[in-house]
Amino acid sequence: MAIVELANPTRFLGFSRRLVPVLWALAGVVIAVGLYLSFFVAPPDYQQGDTVRIMFIHVPSAWLSMAGYGVMAIASLGTLVWRHPLADVTAKSAAPIGAAFTFVALVTGSLWGKPMWGTWWVWDARLTSELVLLVMYLGLIALWHAVEDPGRAARAAAILTLVGTINLPIIKFSVDWWNTLHQGESIFRAGGATIDASMLTPLFVMMAGMTLLYAVLLTMAMRNEILRRRVRTLELAAAGADA
Amino acid sequence: MSAHAGFIVAAYLVAAVVVAGLVAWVVADGREQKRRLADLDARGVRRRSASGGRS
Repeated sequence: MAIVELANPTRFLGFSRRLVPVLWALAGVVIAVGLYLSFFVAPPDYQQGDTVRIMFIHVPSAWLSMAGYGVMAIASLGTLVWRHPLADVTAKSAAPIGAAFTFVALVTGSLWGKPMWGTWWVWDARLTSELVLLVMYLGLIALWHAVEDPGRAARAAAILTLVGTINLPIIKFSVDWWNTLHQGESIFRAGGATIDASMLTPLFVMMAGMTLLYAVLLTMAMRNEILRRRVRTLELAAAGADA
Repeated sequence: MSAHAGFIVAAYLVAAVVVAGLVAWVVADGREQKRRLADLDARGVRRRSASGGRS
């Protein structure tokens, strides 16, 4: 089946019904392997000790907070430019999941920061821009719920989402552009990662597993949103017929 | 585990609770939408494609 054929919501529902169990199984296996590697194979850091193990949940959550917003930005282009039938469904479904992973990134970062930095929070550029990302997610969720007409809500949310993409490079490069308490880039950087393979491998496995978890949650949320819109359409039709 | 075990356990616990909450929300929402569609179907309110042209 060509990808473009999945643009039809009915075809998407059929395809995703078969996809969801496969994604669940893959996510479960990869996360289980990742947790095993993170706790029983990766060595303690020479400075941080075992506290470095927070990295294996913090970094994947932070990655998903940004990648999730990227998914919403691409979907917003689909809403505004191509009026793709699944574009707004994707963006609206991705928002709560992205917000949840942003929250996890902030909380686990705080729990890592307290023993290592001596403080739960500082208003440095990385932490503040990540908090702004959470506020943007919450604002978009509120916008979708505040506007009753789905078409108007979709366009308004798509514009706001695209405006908000300016925050993604700010988060990514904040540690290069400003002096931050948060450590500098150590994974996706020019010249390669500065983390030893014994820690990098578990980290990548956890990132893959969490990304699969994100994918299955997004697919299920999209299925729910398509059904919700069908319910709304049918209820409006029934109300019109009764009037 | 280190002297900071509490911080490590708390980080993974928060992540587990949030993920469990997401899963519960998605599953409950899916059931709710299917129930509402079934209610509409029982009242004879169906999509045209699902009822052979009847609304």
